[in-house]
Amino acid sequence: MNRYPLWKNLLVIAVVLFGVIFAMPNIFGDAPAVQITRVDSNKLAPAALDRAVDALKKANIPYTTARHGAQKDVIVFPNTGAQLRGNRMISDTLGDNYSVAQNLVPQTPGWMQSLGLKPMAKGLDLVGGIYFRLRVDVQESIDHTLDNDLSSIQTSLREADVRYSDASRKGQTLQFTFPNAQARSKAESVVRKNYPKATFTDYSVKGKAVARMTPSPARLQQMRNLAIEENVAALRRRVNELGVAEPIVQRQGQGYIVVELPGLQNAARAKQQLGDTATVQFRMVYQGADAQQAARTGQVPLDAQLYRDKNGQPVLLKRQIVASGPEITDATSGFDQQSGSPDVNVSLNSAGAARMGKVTRHNIGKPMAVLLIQNRTESKKVDGKTVTTTKKIKKVINVATIRGVFSSQFQITGLTQEEAKSLALTLRTPLAAPVNVVEERTIGPSLGQQNIHYGFAAVVLGFALVVLGMAIYYKVFGLIADAALIMNLVLVVALLSLLQATLTLPGIAGIVLTVGMAVDANVLIYERIREELRIGSSPQAAIQAGYDRAMATIFDSNITTLIAGLVLFAIGTGPVKGFAVTLTLGIITSMFTAIMGTRAIVNAVFGGRRLKSLPV
Amino acid sequence: MELFKRQTHFNFLRTRKIALAMSLVVLAAAVASFTTRGLNLGIDFTGGVIVQVSYPQPISTDTVRAQLTQAGFKNFTAQHFGAPTDVMVRLQPRGDQVAKDEGAAVVKTLQKQNPKVQEKQVNVVGPQVGGQLRNQGALALLVTLILIFVYLLVRFEWRLALGAVAATVHDVVFTVGIFSFTHWQFNLDVLAAVLAVLGYSVNDTVVVFDRIRENFKRMRRGTPMEIMNAAINQTLSRTIMTSGMTLLVVIALLVVGGAALRGFSLALLIGIIVGTYSSIYIASATALMLGVSRQHFAAKKRAAAEEQP
Repeated sequence: MNRYPLWKNLLVIAVVLFGVIFAMPNIFGDAPAVQITRVDSNKLAPAALDRAVDALKKANIPYTTARHGAQKDVIVFPNTGAQLRGNRMISDTLGDNYSVAQNLVPQTPGWMQSLGLKPMAKGLDLVGGIYFRLRVDVQESIDHTLDNDLSSIQTSLREADVRYSDASRKGQTLQFTFPNAQARSKAESVVRKNYPKATFTDYSVKGKAVARMTPSPARLQQMRNLAIEENVAALRRRVNELGVAEPIVQRQGQGYIVVELPGLQNAARAKQQLGDTATVQFRMVYQGADAQQAARTGQVPLDAQLYRDKNGQPVLLKRQIVASGPEITDATSGFDQQSGSPDVNVSLNSAGAARMGKVTRHNIGKPMAVLLIQNRTESKKVDGKTVTTTKKIKKVINVATIRGVFSSQFQITGLTQEEAKSLALTLRTPLAAPVNVVEERTIGPSLGQQNIHYGFAAVVLGFALVVLGMAIYYKVFGLIADAALIMNLVLVVALLSLLQATLTLPGIAGIVLTVGMAVDANVLIYERIREELRIGSSPQAAIQAGYDRAMATIFDSNITTLIAGLVLFAIGTGPVKGFAVTLTLGIITSMFTAIMGTRAIVNAVFGGRRLKSLPV
Repeated sequence: MELFKRQTHFNFLRTRKIALAMSLVVLAAAVASFTTRGLNLGIDFTGGVIVQVSYPQPISTDTVRAQLTQAGFKNFTAQHFGAPTDVMVRLQPRGDQVAKDEGAAVVKTLQKQNPKVQEKQVNVVGPQVGGQLRNQGALALLVTLILIFVYLLVRFEWRLALGAVAATVHDVVFTVGIFSFTHWQFNLDVLAAVLAVLGYSVNDTVVVFDRIRENFKRMRRGTPMEIMNAAINQTLSRTIMTSGMTLLVVIALLVVGGAALRGFSLALLIGIIVGTYSSIYIASATALMLGVSRQHFAAKKRAAAEEQP
């Protein structure tokens, strides 16, 4: 009696082996390192690493290993002091084309890494870093798309010879006015070809035929998704240039993006760089009137607009835009070769380049201006509610005389080095819609260390207390439950490593909690065995009945905790999600270890023997 | 080792009316505290700025307060956090846009007075985000309760399911009530702990109920009260042992887990203690008062027996 079939024993052994193998990478710890990547997406040449290593040797900064890779080079340091100095030295040596970031690399042996075995991923509250939650102003992007729709519809109406007297956008509705209903129905059939799912509503205003067109809900949703996806992609590129090892940029729900920057400390700079929506327009300076006078009298010519330059001096620009931000395909910061002042090298796409070429050819000797447009969000309390408004700040940053014909490649000057750098990045990775930081968390590295330390201490103490308690109360059976408890801990760590779920401080607390709750199954079984013995069952029959009878109860009671864990997982974010993950995994694995695991041991030790009593 | 050498025969349910009355009074107090004092919600739920800094030597919060007031900060609180060298400054939210680097400004101000001040963490939460989390949290509690109720409804008789849910609501209200009464900070971690308590409390109740169901089917004699009392007594060692072990680990969390986990551990500690009490008194007593009796369990058995010729 009480013998386990071979397959069950093998299953238990297999699971234990699985747990040990996948949990193993965690025992090696991390080492301070510096990683080098290229700012652009080109492959990394081995020369960069050689230069970095040479610089370290010259400066007598100790390092343990330097590894070259196609995506990134990694240099490991013996301590954080050397890492800090090394980071500065490498960053100075390699210059702007490389992104140099401090990192913690797992010390897992190479053969384990090549098998894909990784340690658990640690959350920001354990390693330090910055967390941002950004709200995407999708409306602005939708408005922009609808404006584009409007002008393309106008073009197609003109091409189809349909006359209309007015076309405008009101919120999310496009409104067209036609001389008569005939023209309107013809127009609608033209527009329907391109927008088959849009809704048209006809009105008659003062004898004129009016049509209102609303995009289909599916299309609006698509626009929303596109804006967010594009922003995620742009933010990813921006984050890569911040010099962060293993950043996370993730969409969250219907209008949020979460950015996690491990190891970074300067929140203000990161925030500025992530949220920057600056763009530029290239326009000819209006020369038909005096700017000073226009500013004084407020009389601005119809085809001109009044702006101010950096010194607050008024400048009149033609309304017509020669080229603008969306037409820029690439932008890099550098220095002007003649003057040595900072500049931004801009490349335009073919449409922009064609227009730029035409305009410069006809306007040699005349001044052209660069207009910088920045978004500033401000919030005010109005009637107790917070109202966020986005203000566009437009400023002429540079006026230069056109000296020769140029089209796709040219420079923007008139900026400081910092400004040139950040403008180049912003133009290179434009955001589809403005973003606002609505949540920001900075965790210092010392706090991360402290959290790991406390969490680890709690696991050790909690574990020791329970192991001791079970051994005292249930003797040999208690020790068997303790073995299952160790197995459970190993399994949770193994699963966390395998799934690469993020371990957080509440996550560690969840592990501690499951240590306490996991014994419940064994307590239930052992109490049943004791009961059976009390009513006079033989030891073997008591074991059998104890396990059988407790089974239903164990399932019922664990499922309710599992429900709470899953709901928590669904709604929780960040650290709390970590708690839900460890709690849920812990419950599932404990059902296996506490029932099958202990039974395998109990059967191996006591099964098939004549027993007078049980040490329970 | 055994807690009880022989099967115990405590008459738990005899005092059910006193216990229920006591619980009702405590719950009324909790609700009263909740409505009048409210909860000391953390910035996760209200929005605002929290700055945690560390000094090389112990520092008085008055000094920190004076320095910040002098620099023009208003509407803030400063408290020690975990150690006399660590100070946590909390600022009220201003507008939805994350207050423009206000957290960094606090750190700078303090560092101007003492350059050795170390920034440990800065959290900035916009009030809209806070409002969202508040709604999500309340929703999570509700959804969990409903799901657990549905599960118990399927597995048990409705009187027992209702008893279990009553016990669980009791535990949540009690725990939140204590947080309201003591004005301990209620943040996202504490909410997570309350949800875990929810799961744990039902877990405890289900074990007792499983035994009640079994007893109703197996014991030929006895009033419902006697049968339920027997079930509670039979599971008593288990209840004490499991709660004891879980309490041990929670105490470990409380003692060595650091200041960051204090609220979390306290919520668990309170929840587990009342959860153990409520699975005996509230859950079983409610089911008993709802009139649970043998025929509610025998029905299925008889139907099954009739099928066999």
